[in-house]
Amino acid sequence: MPSQLEVHDVSVAYGERTIVRDCSFVLETGTIGCLLGPSGCGKTTLLRAIAGFEPVSHGEIYLHGERVSEPGRTLPPERRRIGMVFQDFALFPHLNVARNVGFGLRHLSPAERRRRVDELLELVGLSAAARQYPHQLSGGMQQRVALARAMAPRPQVLLLDEPFSSMDAELREQLAREVRDLLKREGITAILVTHDQLEAFAMADQIGVIADGHIRQWGTGFALYHEPADRFVADFIGQGVLLPATVHDELRVRTEMGRVAGEHPHGLAPGTEALVLIRPDDMLYDESSPRRAVIVERAFRGAEYLYTLRLASGTQVLCLVPSHHRHAVGEEIGVRLQADHLVVFPRTQATETVSSGIGIEIAASPQ
Amino acid sequence: MPASQSTLTNPGTFARAARQRHRSWWPIGVVAIAALLALPVLVVVGFVLVPAGEVWRHLAETVLADYVVNSLLLVVGVAAGTLIGGVGTAWLTSMCRFPGRTVFEWALLLPMAMPAYIIAYTYTGLLDYAGPVQSLLRGVMGWGYGDYWFPEVRSLAGAAVMLSLVLYPYVYLLARAAFLSQSLCVLDVSRTLGNGPWRTFFTVALPLARPAIIAGLSLALMETLADYGTVQYFGVQTFTTGIFRTWFGLGNPAAAAQLSALLLAFVLALILLERWSRRHARYHHTSQREQPIQRLSLRGPRGLLAFVFCLLPVALGFLVPAGQLAWWALTVADTSYDASFLRLVWNSLALAAGAAVLALMLALLLGYGRRLFPSRTVGLAVRTSGLGYAVPGTVIAVGVMIPFAWADQTLDAWLRATLGVSSGLLLSGTLFALVFAYMVRFLAVSLQTVESGLDKIRPSMDEAGRSLGLRPAQILRRIHIPMLRGSLLTALLLVFVDVLKELPATLILRPFNFNTLAVRAYELASDERLADSGPAALTIVLAGLLPVILLSRSITRSRHAQSA
Repeated sequence: MPSQLEVHDVSVAYGERTIVRDCSFVLETGTIGCLLGPSGCGKTTLLRAIAGFEPVSHGEIYLHGERVSEPGRTLPPERRRIGMVFQDFALFPHLNVARNVGFGLRHLSPAERRRRVDELLELVGLSAAARQYPHQLSGGMQQRVALARAMAPRPQVLLLDEPFSSMDAELREQLAREVRDLLKREGITAILVTHDQLEAFAMADQIGVIADGHIRQWGTGFALYHEPADRFVADFIGQGVLLPATVHDELRVRTEMGRVAGEHPHGLAPGTEALVLIRPDDMLYDESSPRRAVIVERAFRGAEYLYTLRLASGTQVLCLVPSHHRHAVGEEIGVRLQADHLVVFPRTQATETVSSGIGIEIAASPQ
Repeated sequence: MPASQSTLTNPGTFARAARQRHRSWWPIGVVAIAALLALPVLVVVGFVLVPAGEVWRHLAETVLADYVVNSLLLVVGVAAGTLIGGVGTAWLTSMCRFPGRTVFEWALLLPMAMPAYIIAYTYTGLLDYAGPVQSLLRGVMGWGYGDYWFPEVRSLAGAAVMLSLVLYPYVYLLARAAFLSQSLCVLDVSRTLGNGPWRTFFTVALPLARPAIIAGLSLALMETLADYGTVQYFGVQTFTTGIFRTWFGLGNPAAAAQLSALLLAFVLALILLERWSRRHARYHHTSQREQPIQRLSLRGPRGLLAFVFCLLPVALGFLVPAGQLAWWALTVADTSYDASFLRLVWNSLALAAGAAVLALMLALLLGYGRRLFPSRTVGLAVRTSGLGYAVPGTVIAVGVMIPFAWADQTLDAWLRATLGVSSGLLLSGTLFALVFAYMVRFLAVSLQTVESGLDKIRPSMDEAGRSLGLRPAQILRRIHIPMLRGSLLTALLLVFVDVLKELPATLILRPFNFNTLAVRAYELASDERLADSGPAALTIVLAGLLPVILLSRSITRSRHAQSA
């Protein structure tokens, strides 16, 4: 049986400008994929190419084994059997909820259509709102209508374009989990576009991190966090610091915090100057540890504190500590390094500069 | 994020995929329509290069200076009148509280329903030597003919007053919107810095509203230059009357076209002024927040003064003339409402309705064409099609007559020569020419309404429709037209009323023996049968009330939103 969605080496260009470059991934039936990346990275363009709104300049797209896009030929969106949930929901203001949901069901008889609409409204918990108009609904309800409308014609793939971006930050993760449960229950293959990694983790089975129109890494959220394929992914996903290190052997590196061992060979020759990725949860608070660090900054996160620590060499690292261990800025505490996943990058010229990414800072050497 | 934002703001992105699949006839149609509609103006401008010989020299030596001076004086007079009336009333109703304010907010729009030539007839009837005002004066004072001085209505100053009375609402509308949007942020700041309300008005509010006021003023002045009925009736020599006289009196179309081109240059200056002021308006800060405005309370004599200031334009611009028309319509009631009057009404309504429907269809074709095929050529074509609104009806009539008459004569001559039959007049002197001229002049009205409606429909609506299996044509039918219903009705109504009021183009281009209400009112008034013109004029005014009601409803609605 063919995969539900196959994207092969797809590029999308507007005139001279290439927005999406050589992107490939496969989505099996029933899985939820995610295109994750910063603003303007091309993820929405790739989604729109899958939908058929943008022609591809290179590569092919297959839906359930059928080739729907190739250079010079774009099967129009209305013939792709896709469902799409738009960023602004795009509910038809002149139709009530039931008629919005039934909009794509013209091929059914009125009785069948009514049954399918009822079924979906039940599914998204909006049976009571069937006669209401979109402007009478809250944002969350509107979104569920948009979802029901897209799911009603039983699409081969459901495409979601930043579906939670207009929601309050507190609601997003919860909604993402709700939508995931719904899609999983219905066995729907879906692909989501977002710039919010927590949303991606909450919803997707497979995540592709996109930068400059290119998929840098395709994998589970766990893999992206703990085994980033390159510096960009390490930078974009989660927080952390790149600590200078020297390769000891094929499994271990030496840092000023002592030796760190990984489970897989990192492939660098012994003696190579390297950088090792240290996540805040790799630094453990341990008063008995001989290695001391000074607290430079602290941020209260509820259950824990995120401390910024200065090591003996002057290098700064992040450290996540349960919030009952309360220390003031300037205090010295004991820490130890315990990384389960060793992520090592060779040190290049760019090492000394501090990245301005969301999380990661490359430790500046004191010299 | 830029990628998705661009798809939000550019309605044409999904069209890219559509365009790749098949070349469409749609853009070609749009360009063809635009070219056709631009023809009259191009003809008029083209005649600048054709020597008109003796007649032109004669014009230049005798009346041309009068045309220029009178037109300019009229423009200056109307500018002063509409500015004082429009800005003053806008300021009072938006910023102050006084008795009757909420009524004046919409009542100040009523004079828009009154065409300038009709208000001119009513005041002539009222203020003439034999009219009720002078008769009353003579009766009370015991004066006889020549014993006293009384201002002459039928003069240049009279025309300026008439035009100001019906055109000030343009300034009022735009100035009011500007005052309301600026009210919160900056005016309060000025007050906290120690400026009193009047000082604040002159140092902050007025300068901030200036772009909007200039935009409203230039619209009013375009109408002033386009006016034919008033100046003709008052015997004031301006460009529009000059064009008529040169064509029909001197029988020289080329010279008439050259006069038209000269008039167009004045209009162009106004268009540029309007564009320039609107560009500046964009940079001005407007408050996004909807908050009730703290209105300055005017009590006692000051409140009375404000009341009178707002009552005057409403009374003089609408109540008095409408009352006079109603009176005339009553006095001639037993003779006027016969079969020929019904025929007149039917002619006018059918013509206006037909033109409105056609304009709407063209506007949909152009507006939707621009959405589907957003190329530079299509954009330019659509914008060109809307320019005719600034062109006076007289000029359009000249620009339509010349090429149509030429086409008719050429075809007729050819048929006579080859087949020995005559085709007669196929284009000129038919309803076709008239409706074509209406399209040139009024397409902008429906186009603007349709386009602003279409702009409000986000492109994701189109995409949602397509992802649910609809082809582009089905999207127009099942999503756009139902969502646009309000805009489409408004577009129909506006063109309908504009056509009903239009005088000079109808006068020149109507088929022989085909009369409309506007033309009949004009003919009767010209024959000094003012009372007999009452029924036709009153019908036009009543129809003209429809868009005014629409406008005032939107004003009261926004007021409810503000107080909510």
